[in-house]
Amino acid sequence: MDTARWEHFSHQADVGVRGLGATLEQAFEQAALALTAVITDPATVVHGEMIRLSCEAPDAELLLVDWLNLLIYEMATRNMLFSRFEVHLEDNRLSAQAWGEALETARHHPAVEVKGATYTELKVARQSDGGWLAQTVVDV
Amino acid sequence: MDLALFERKSEFEWRIKPFGRMRVPGVIFASEALMRGMDAKVYEQVTNVAMLPGIVDASFAMPDAHWGYGFPIGGVAAFDADAGGVVSAGGVGFDISCGVRTLLTGLRIEDIDRVKMRLADALYHTIPAGMGSTGAIRLDAAEMDRMLRGGARWAVERGFGTEADLERIEEGGCMRGADPAQVSEQAKKRQRDEMGTLGSGNHYLEIQQVTDVYAPEIAAAFGVKAGDVVVSIHCGSRGLGHQIGTEFLKRMVIAAPGYGIALPDRELACAPITSPLGQDYLGAMRAAVNCALANRQILTHLTRQIFSQVLPQARLPLLYDVSHNTCKVEEHKVDGRTKKLHVHRKGATRAFGPGHPDLPRELKNAGQPVLIGGSMGTSSYILAGTEQGMQIAFGSACHGAGRAMSRHQALRNWNGSRVVDDLEGHGILIRSPSMRGVAEEAPGAYKDVSQVVDAADHAGLARKVARVKPLICIKG
Repeated sequence: MDTARWEHFSHQADVGVRGLGATLEQAFEQAALALTAVITDPATVVHGEMIRLSCEAPDAELLLVDWLNLLIYEMATRNMLFSRFEVHLEDNRLSAQAWGEALETARHHPAVEVKGATYTELKVARQSDGGWLAQTVVDV
Repeated sequence: MDLALFERKSEFEWRIKPFGRMRVPGVIFASEALMRGMDAKVYEQVTNVAMLPGIVDASFAMPDAHWGYGFPIGGVAAFDADAGGVVSAGGVGFDISCGVRTLLTGLRIEDIDRVKMRLADALYHTIPAGMGSTGAIRLDAAEMDRMLRGGARWAVERGFGTEADLERIEEGGCMRGADPAQVSEQAKKRQRDEMGTLGSGNHYLEIQQVTDVYAPEIAAAFGVKAGDVVVSIHCGSRGLGHQIGTEFLKRMVIAAPGYGIALPDRELACAPITSPLGQDYLGAMRAAVNCALANRQILTHLTRQIFSQVLPQARLPLLYDVSHNTCKVEEHKVDGRTKKLHVHRKGATRAFGPGHPDLPRELKNAGQPVLIGGSMGTSSYILAGTEQGMQIAFGSACHGAGRAMSRHQALRNWNGSRVVDDLEGHGILIRSPSMRGVAEEAPGAYKDVSQVVDAADHAGLARKVARVKPLICIKG
């Protein structure tokens, strides 16, 4: 896989977020961008302010859900949006930096707030092309 | 959905015989047309729920059932604590006690016409709606705990409404057994700025007009007649409920194997009702129910303030307040014996029939009002609980229209400003902070709620009483 990217996939009531990348870290970073894109166009979010985050879970799939839920929590309590991520993984422990700015309704036009990341369609796996995929459905 | 998978018990009841690890049958209440249009995932999710320990009678799905997470949206399941029954954080969901309340106004459609624009703008400026909006009320730690224990009763004691409101809310406005100590600091922090906010997505505050009455006697008991103006509020437990759902889902996923529970789907995360984790969750979930009830009570107060300025002759008594995502301890008859059961309703409405002891005196003969929300351009409905519904589905009914397409698809099909203009042409004023949000919630992205309501009525789950259509919609 040459380029890291994100996409949304359909779920009847909610939205699926999917990150793809050459490494597991990249797939997690892209999944986080897909999360932001549920709310607003990530290109409108200035990455001026940085916060540090960490979490751990028994396996990589639960860790993805934790990572997204951590971001959902930070967005809600700091009233911020994030558009750049740097993830480091070691033994199902995640440490990350996220860059973003304060939510501004008139500029970001937030479509919806995300309530939580679910375990539905949850998958963290290596692809046939050697790249990584990290996905799940988020509840909006 | 492939109808060959079901045994058709009656025109509106479709059964799945237990197979594999299913402990009880699956039952979907719907018309043939709704069944054909239903996602195949509903079948899978109904059968998965039927595998959970201690499930009683059947795993049910209401006519608006669609692909959820773990449980189908529109799923109902009851568990017996004495038979190893479980409580499931996935079976309640993230937006704990998300629900609808409807207020009467005593106004007629002609009273609204001349002030409609002013009323829409005043409501929009007063009701905090959309992501990042904040309420005017900040609770310190002790007051937060009092709110989590007291629910709408706490709100009324603080001046947000009247004593009369409380008997028109499930649980008398205060869910017993709430344990604020089981609510994490993170969940409380997430709620800090969100008391008295509407939220986003499919949440709304609507001014509506009653267009049709189908059951005049029940409508009279509800105080509703054609041409009346009513107010409906749809929202939930905000950040606090979402955080509790998130945290307990994870704890239950990790703990399940230790309780000997093999989860057919991780989203069905659960714990035995009698286990410490099960009890902790019930304490936290009940606190979130109270948060939702307090939140809707504060929004009611704000709405009454606006009406007192714009239409001072209006009085806004509460018709009823229903919750959709809950687990409640209720008494039901099983095989001729009355049992205490933990009834999960995920995207389903409690619908108690006439004579139920939990109903207020004035509604005793009519049955519980069941408030069904539509999309912002289409009708909503008022139904009433039935005795038959008590017997066939633990007193439960549908909760809304359900989406017909994903948000992504809706965004490709509609432009928010144009949706607002179109609806204004039809006499419906939309006020929202996000045009993208409006496009994603466009009426065409939802199924026809009328079919769902008719199926609930024909199946005997609840009786159709009245139809209302929106005049003003404040969208989060």
